[in-house]
Amino acid sequence: MQIKSRIVKETLYIMLSGELDEYTAPTVRKTLDTLLDTQKGFVQIVMDLSELSFMDSTGVGVLIGRYKKMKECNKPIFITNPSRNAERIFKMSGLYEIMPKIV
Amino acid sequence: MKNSMEIKFKAIVENEAFARNVAASFILPLNPSLSELDDIKTAINEAVTNVIVHAYPNSTGYVTMKIVTQDNWVAISISDNGIGIQDIERALTPFYTSKPNEERSGMGFTVMESFMDKLEVKNTKGGLTVKMLKQIEQKAVVGL
Repeated sequence: MQIKSRIVKETLYIMLSGELDEYTAPTVRKTLDTLLDTQKGFVQIVMDLSELSFMDSTGVGVLIGRYKKMKECNKPIFITNPSRNAERIFKMSGLYEIMPKIV
Repeated sequence: MKNSMEIKFKAIVENEAFARNVAASFILPLNPSLSELDDIKTAINEAVTNVIVHAYPNSTGYVTMKIVTQDNWVAISISDNGIGIQDIERALTPFYTSKPNEERSGMGFTVMESFMDKLEVKNTKGGLTVKMLKQIEQKAVVGL
């Protein structure tokens, strides 16, 4: 599991690549929290899932956790490029209502 | 042709990828689409995660995965010897989680139900068994 990030015009882009399951979730949570706590100069976050090759409902829990964290400082999170299965799980769980999908 | 396999592995998170990838390899001869394969891998992962997270609260146990393929059908059984589920109906409710403080979505059974054609969850004498069925779409085979 790899997590890369860059800031472009006050947007923090986070690229997740690899497999997000119960095994990798603790590392993903920790890495994302460190990123969100240490990066400066962004007002919103875009999670790019184009390289995420596997995700089950564990991913929803991970993303909702980061949503709650960022809600405290009014920084919205958007989702882009989910796989077909991630998209189905997000729609089923209503995740897009709090973390909208962008193209 | 009917084919079957059975494996038993320790209920630890390190074995999740192993379980879903073994299942995918076994099912490949049925020539599933990538979407069908992803559906099965995701559903299996949800079932295995349930065992790892809930079945053995005070010890480490095992997961048994059985798969039977026949014609274009895949039958999967994921079972354990753990504590089972007291209220299965409640556990099947979308968003229900017995561990609300652990960032869990409570969507596991809902995903299994949606991604597979049939889901059955039963307490057994020594644990829980989740059975799932999936039909693989028949594709025309083009020969030379």
